[in-house]
This record gives sequence, C-alpha cells and structure tokens, in this order.
Amino acid sequence: MNQDKKSLGSYLITLGLIILAVVFLFGGFNLLQRMQDYKVLMTLFAVFWGLGSVALLYYVLNDVAQNMPRKIRSVAVALVFAGPAVLLLIWALVLPTLRSLRLSFLDATGSKFVLLDNYRFAFTDPIMLESFRNNLLWMFFGTLTCVTLGLIIAVLADKSKFEKVFKSLIFMPMAISFVGAGVIWKFIYAYKGEGINITEIGLLNAIVTSLGGVAQPWLLVPFWNNFFLIVIMVWLQTGYAMVIISSAIKSIPEEINEAAHVDGANALVIFFRITIPYIMPSIITVTTTILIFSLKLFDIVRVMTGGNFGTNVIANEFYLRQFTYGNSGQASAIAIVLLVVIIPVLAYKVLK
Amino acid sequence: MSKIKEEKKFSPARFFIGFTLIFIVAIWTIPTFGVFVTSFRDSKDIYGSGWWSVLPHKDMVKTDEFELPQDTDPDAPITLEGVTATFDEWRQGLYTEEGRQLRWYGNKRARKIEVYEEKWIGFGSNLSFSNYRDVLSGGKISYEDAEGNTITRQGNNFADAVLNSLAVTIPATIIPILIAAFAAYAFAWMEFPGRKPLFIMVVALLVVPLQIALIPILRDFTNWGLYGTFVSMWLAHTSFGLPLAIYLLYNYISTLPRDIFESAYLDGATPFTTFVRLVLPLSIPALASFSIFQFLWVWNDYLVALIFLGDRNRVVTSALAAMVGEKGQDWHLLTSGAFMSMILPLVVFFGLQRFFVRGLMAGSVKG
Repeated sequence: MNQDKKSLGSYLITLGLIILAVVFLFGGFNLLQRMQDYKVLMTLFAVFWGLGSVALLYYVLNDVAQNMPRKIRSVAVALVFAGPAVLLLIWALVLPTLRSLRLSFLDATGSKFVLLDNYRFAFTDPIMLESFRNNLLWMFFGTLTCVTLGLIIAVLADKSKFEKVFKSLIFMPMAISFVGAGVIWKFIYAYKGEGINITEIGLLNAIVTSLGGVAQPWLLVPFWNNFFLIVIMVWLQTGYAMVIISSAIKSIPEEINEAAHVDGANALVIFFRITIPYIMPSIITVTTTILIFSLKLFDIVRVMTGGNFGTNVIANEFYLRQFTYGNSGQASAIAIVLLVVIIPVLAYKVLK
Repeated sequence: MSKIKEEKKFSPARFFIGFTLIFIVAIWTIPTFGVFVTSFRDSKDIYGSGWWSVLPHKDMVKTDEFELPQDTDPDAPITLEGVTATFDEWRQGLYTEEGRQLRWYGNKRARKIEVYEEKWIGFGSNLSFSNYRDVLSGGKISYEDAEGNTITRQGNNFADAVLNSLAVTIPATIIPILIAAFAAYAFAWMEFPGRKPLFIMVVALLVVPLQIALIPILRDFTNWGLYGTFVSMWLAHTSFGLPLAIYLLYNYISTLPRDIFESAYLDGATPFTTFVRLVLPLSIPALASFSIFQFLWVWNDYLVALIFLGDRNRVVTSALAAMVGEKGQDWHLLTSGAFMSMILPLVVFFGLQRFFVRGLMAGSVKG
C-alpha cells in the first residue's frame, strides 16, 4: 500500500493546487463580468470556467483528503464526495424552508413579528380565495383531462401501425417552454376587436366567425378564461400522461389478455377488468405528478394574463406579493401554504 | 399486445381508431405549425389575414383603388358602376354586376375606393427569414405596421438571449450531474458517519417546491453580489436539480457490481480514480437520461431566471416573456422569437427521445 508519511513535496503541491483553484475561481468570475460586450466569447468562457471550476474543486479537495492521516482518510474522501452536494442542498433547500417559515411570521420587510397575520391574509383575502378556486379548477379539470386523454391516446395508439409517430407528435409540447406555449396559444386566442371588414387572425376566432358566431376576446371572458388557460396545460402535459401509461400498457403480460379473450371477454371488458387495474399504479403516478404541477403552476398564467381578469393562481400571487408589492412576509406565507399542500400528495406517491 | 398488432388488416374499428388518432394529432400539432408558418410571413400580411391563408384558397383580393372626385358629397347617396348606396353601405363593401366588390377606405374625407376581386391565392405569399433577422439583431429595425406607418425601433437582440441561455444551460446541466454522481457514489459505496440520515434528507427534499427557496436565496445572492450573474443561475439550478439527480443516479450506481470496485482498489486505485475511470463511464445511460431532463428543464425555465437574473443577461424565456408584455401584438416578432426559443429543445427532444422517456419514468417523483 501507499507510504503513510507524505513527503513535504506533496504538501507543497497540494498547497499550490489550492492557490491555483482560488485564483481560477475568483479570477474567472471577475473576468466573466468584464466580458459583457463580447457575447460569444463570454458564453464560451462561461461554460469553460463553470465546468472547469467544479472539476478543479473536486480534484483539489480530493488531493487534500488524500493527504490526511490514514485513520481519517477514508471518511475525509467520503466527505469530499458527498459534502458539496449536501452543503448545496442545506443552503438551497433546507435552510430556505426554515428561513421562509420565519419570514412568514414577520411583516412586509421582515423586521416585526406579526404572529399569524400573513396566514390570515393567505386564507381570507379575496384575491387568495380566487387563486385557491382557480388552482382547484386547474387541479380538477386539468388533471382529469390530461389523464383521460393520455389514457385514450395510449390505448388507441397501441393498436395503430404509426404508433411511434403519433406518440412523438403528442409528446412534442413537453419540449416547449411554458412561455413558448403561451405565445403559441395567445396567437390561437388572438382577438382583433370590433370593426368593419375585420379578418380575424386568431384560429379560434376565425373558426367561430366562419361558423357564424361572434369573435370573442377569449382571455377576458370571466370565469371561462380559466378553462382557456387550462387547455394549454392539457396540451403540454397529456403527452407525459400518455407516455407513462403507454409503457404500462405494454408491460401487461400477453397471456392475461389471451386468456380473457379465450374466455369470451370483449374489448371493453378486457379494458375495464384487466388493463385499467393493471396500469392503476402508473395512473396514480401520473395523476399525482400533474396534480402537483397544477398546484405550482405559474408560467402559463404569468405569460397569458398576468393573473388578471380572474385567472390568478397561488404561485402567481406569491410572485406578485414578493416582487410587485415587496411583501416578503405574505409571499413566504403563501410559499409555506404551497409546501404544506404539496407534502401529502407527494408523500402518498413516494410511500406507495 | 403483439397479438393484436399481427392482425393489422382493414376493419371499421381500425379505420375509426386511425381517424381519431389523426384528428387528435392534428389538434396537437396545428398550434405549433401556425406559429411556425407565421414566423416566416411578412409583418403586414400577418395583420391582414390568418396564417392558414398561405395555403391556396379563393379569397377577395384587392386589385385596384381609385379616388372619387373632390366634389363628391359623402353624405348623399353615391352611384358607382351602376350601384347607388350611402356612405355607410359603401364602407361595408358592395358587389357590382361584374362580381367585383368596392369598399370605401377610411373616413368620409378620404374619398378612396378599393376594388376587390375573388381570386385563387396562396403559395405566392411572401415568406422570408426577415422576422428572424429582426428578432435576433440588436440594431435598429424598421417595418410597416397594419396602418401602413413605418415604425423604427430597437431590435430585440434575441441572439444575445440565445447565447445567455447557452451560458446558463450547459453548465447548469453538467454541474449537477457531476456533483450528484460524486454524492450518489458516496451514498452507495462509501462508509461515513451520517450516511443514512443524509440520504433520507436528500430524498425528502424532492418534496420541497422551489418557490419556498426563492426569497431566502435571492437575499443571499444580493448580499454576495451574485444577483444577475450566470453563477447565481448555476448555483440555483444545480441545487434544485440535485435531489432528483442524486436519487436517480443512486438507483443506478448502487446496482453496479461490487467486484469491479474491489478489483480496482486491489490494483491501487484511489476512490477518485475509480470514480472517474469506472463509475462515470459505466453510468452513462443514467447520466444521459438525467442530463436531457435537466437540459430541457433549465432551458425552458422562466421563474428562476425571472427572479435571479432580472433584466440582466436575459435568457430566451424571459426575453420572450418580456416581448409578450411589451409588444403583445407584434406577432411577426413573437412568433419568430418563440420559434428561436424552441429549436434547440425540439432538436434535443427528437434526437434523444429514448433517453428522455427513460429519465421521465424514473423521475416521476420530482416535486
């Protein structure tokens, strides 16, 4: 095995590496800030420096750990491996949860203790009640439609020759950002206003007018505009439901279906008595995932309506409270409420 | 279900299934297709007609215009080409005997008549890349709006946003993978105090919605002078991605056979060299799955960028969202911008769909 006594040279090398790492880290950061006018170069340097720093950091830390006395060396190495991840998680998720909890009992600027005022706001303010109602609409109608459609498409596609193509196309919106999807659907709902000889350029209004109806500003129609927004989530998330359910359907052993077929069961009986029970775990996974997604929903509403016209949701109100009204107490209370609502859903899913 | 697939003969049921699927797929793809087509259309055309009018169809096309004599009284009935009508009726547009339609353009004082005829059009529509030039460039751009006014304004500098997105996304994809792989290896194969509780903590953190972390972290970034820098985005996305990454990679790395590590140690390899030479190469399928997941998530993220970058170093999503807010009716810019923001994720998605689906199945727990 290795000699236990490290030579002075190896300590010097380690020291040199530490200095190099520090210079690389801070020098690179300063250099990066000065490169704003050379965008392409800046991008390349950012990638090189970002990745280089992390690699160098691990290399140096490992070198330090290897120079530890033998007794603690293996623990030191383990700490080098797991330490950065654990530290990052504590800084970015564990402590913030506690800090948000503390902030939620303080006033707008975080200086005075206000007991439960922020929570009273979170559960009684009209705008919050509207947000809760809308989130419930999203959770119920959005999730139900996504899962049902996903299931139908998965079952139908399974019987088609062009399964791969169909599934890819339905799945495609998963690659599109919510902001991009927002633009796509804003264009569908576009409304030109009233006037003479107006040609509607939004697809929905063009269809409505060609059928003899009257063009509408869809995103302004009270209450129903929520559903026009939910359509966007259905468009984005049905592909996810379909993929998970489809792979569950494919894992059903062939013999079961054949046996049922031999016993005289028709397609519908097979579907409800065999397929559905068999893929139930996948359906539950998909449902809980989309439920959580619709609880935390932010981008679609932010881009489409900004939460106006009765379409506000909790996550958007969180954003507004913090960044428009500058009230970190109320914002934190909303975030805590969000966490508390999500925990049971996720716990159910993880434990299952 | 191979049994069913073998019977791929024609039958009413199969026809119905095929028809339904094509119908659904059409609904699913037409919205994106419409934006795609619009992004190539002339800005003036976009206001005048729907994007579907690039397809060949019969429509009223303006073929001529002329002005009425100055002494025409717009308040009295006016006779044109054998038809007599009031100003309001002319404004609505009236058909002449030859099947042409005449419309009064603008207000009463304009005295301008436009002639429309029904014609086959389409394919001739001028499609070009000029919208992309406008949205990408940072210089001055001028174009005509619906009323025919020439508007000059600052370009949208979307090219910078694309570069910023790359500078955020590439490190924010690779760094969490590296950190998570180190941690997953330690949790799976190393002995150290607190291993179990720490791993439970990691799994429990899958639950935490990132909203809860935003305000405290923003305060830290502001105090440390990191607000608006790429570093802040890397730190945030790395941390938010870590629980899932560690969880996925742990599931994979812990199933690697023990023998390979033991023989490596016997050969005198340190854990570090074992990790770099053995574990990383062996884990490539899991690394690929997670990296696509993370790449799409970071590239498409809006909330984190909005909060930690603000208006500095805007990435594609925040640049696009800002355009929606500021220029909600400039569809030629919005559509081309939207497509610029979609190209890369769509390429990655269609190229590596297999890995993405695998990651999705394994990662359905993300909070």
